[in-house]
Amino acid sequence: MEPIRTIRSRTVVLASTNIDTDQIMPARFLTTTSREGLGKHLFADWRYDAAGQPIAEFVLNKPEAAGCSVLVAGRNIGCGSSREHAPWGLYDYGFRAVISSEIADIFRSNSLKNGLVPVVVDADTHAWLLANPGVEVAVDLETRTVTLPDGRSVAFPIEAFARYCLLNGVDETGYLLSQEAAIKAYEARTGA
Amino acid sequence: MTATTLFEKIWRAHEVVAETADTPAILYIDLHLTHEVTTPQAYTVLRERGLRVRRTDRTLATLDHSTPTDSDQLFGRVPIKIESAANQVRQLEKNCAEFGVELLGIHSPNRGVVHIIGPELGLTQPGTTIVCGDSHTSTHGAFGALAFGIGTTEVGHVLATQCLLQRKAKTLAVNVEGALPRGVTAKDLVLAIIRKLGVSGGTGSVIEYRGSTIRALSMEERMTVCNMSIEAGARAGLIAPDETTFAYLKGRPRAPQGAGWDAAVARWRTLVTDPGAKVDAEVSIDASTLAPMITYGTNPGMSVALGEAIPATGDAVFAKAMAYMGLTPGQQMLGQKIEEVFLGSCTNGRLSDLEQAASIVRGRKVAPGVRFLVVPGSQQIKLAAEAAGLDRVFKDAGADWREAGCSMCLGMNGDLVAKGAYCVSTSNRNFEGRQGVGARTLLASPIMAAAAAVTGRVTDPRTLLA
Repeated sequence: MEPIRTIRSRTVVLASTNIDTDQIMPARFLTTTSREGLGKHLFADWRYDAAGQPIAEFVLNKPEAAGCSVLVAGRNIGCGSSREHAPWGLYDYGFRAVISSEIADIFRSNSLKNGLVPVVVDADTHAWLLANPGVEVAVDLETRTVTLPDGRSVAFPIEAFARYCLLNGVDETGYLLSQEAAIKAYEARTGA
Repeated sequence: MTATTLFEKIWRAHEVVAETADTPAILYIDLHLTHEVTTPQAYTVLRERGLRVRRTDRTLATLDHSTPTDSDQLFGRVPIKIESAANQVRQLEKNCAEFGVELLGIHSPNRGVVHIIGPELGLTQPGTTIVCGDSHTSTHGAFGALAFGIGTTEVGHVLATQCLLQRKAKTLAVNVEGALPRGVTAKDLVLAIIRKLGVSGGTGSVIEYRGSTIRALSMEERMTVCNMSIEAGARAGLIAPDETTFAYLKGRPRAPQGAGWDAAVARWRTLVTDPGAKVDAEVSIDASTLAPMITYGTNPGMSVALGEAIPATGDAVFAKAMAYMGLTPGQQMLGQKIEEVFLGSCTNGRLSDLEQAASIVRGRKVAPGVRFLVVPGSQQIKLAAEAAGLDRVFKDAGADWREAGCSMCLGMNGDLVAKGAYCVSTSNRNFEGRQGVGARTLLASPIMAAAAAVTGRVTDPRTLLA
């Protein structure tokens, strides 16, 4: 994985609350056996009409969304299904951070493992970001802050080890494999 | 000794390495359940890195999400219509053969929805840790197992190391007292709990369901409750094991046998939250005040008790949900016309669910213009239902009796609700498009689903109970 330190981008705003992973990646796209190429299906049922044509009013189809890598979403994004296809799709589309006031557990965990930074900010900051789409923000993993256009920095929590892995491009599989002796000892101790 | 919670006891017993400020705990996983949808990319990583499945004896695979429920397609008499689904089935067969993982495949009499077959086989046991690349893994918590859904990267972690990196969750006690009124089921109870907690009220927490109402539930009912813990955002649901749990497990093919059984039960009896143990939050529900529940919106927290009107006003999200659902704010759900009914899923696809639905369907006909899909949760349930003549009850009424699978809960296999149609569904999610593009899902209990099937409308099942 590529090390990540700072993500600077204009924001795209999807203000709906409780955006579930079925919206992010509808189930009919889960029959894939690869993690590649899911960006084209991202938010498919909000993004395309029945004929497969882009719906002009949907935010990702607007010209100003092009090149944005920070998604600001309504409270509790990522609820529902554990499908990692949701963060795969967001990443493949070009997003590198998702900001909300609440992020569902499994989606947050999956995002951290795929270079998509889940950023939970306080309710006031969240409300301001929802009301001001397209602003330039900087998500900094080193300082654990989001910097807003007025220069104000807002802190966000992030699990220490996941942050370390993102900053250093380390993957957790390698870390777990390096714990083989401890795992063997556990199995011997418990008879597992 | 400090009083500890059930969650804490299971957690501690599975710590390979305890958590620190800098590193999460390394948690040992006793049972890894797998299926075709969330594993292919994990096996790709194993291949790329030259890794094996560390504990094939703790890994079990089945096929449920992408599999047809149509017998001819399922058993290969005609090709599977969705080529990508067929490919995914073949891929799991190939991966299991290559890595030595046991697969309860297409022709296995033990195949079924992953969260149904674990308990059915006796693999789901108190005090164990269970994971699966599927959010409804919370179902297994009904046995006092710490069970939660994971993503595909984590599936890879467990395949390769039998461990996961985890931060300890908070605990949320949901205390339920009082007898469930007649016609009010475990499904209604959990829908009421989700409404009370909200769809993110459980985020970061493991819910422990406690109280006399929970103790009085059968194992199948407890599974329905724990299954939907994730719909309140919780990592897992837990119910302390008791005589009901032991009676369910005794004699199941993969449960401990003989002297091992007695030792296991003695161990399982210690799996309770000690009196005075601290939890992070607590809520209480009086079950005796509940009525049958049905959802009206686009998340499982948007529900009403029958007789209660949909809220008259709401925010922009409420308005969007109303527009999607084609319902009018302030209206009653009773009498709402419906076109489809789905009876099945890991929430309500077990034998008792089919029996309860059949008790309403028996001697009646599916209403004209209604499509009623009945999908047993496993092939074992299908066989048991057929032995009891339930298939005849459904078929005689005009329902479609299918092979086991996830089916119309998420429509991956092509079992879809028509665009714009209302479907009373015993599954767990009423998200936009969940059962098909434009599908309008009304979540409810098996008896309400059956009542809707025979009347063509949302009907109070209590008026049809014998």
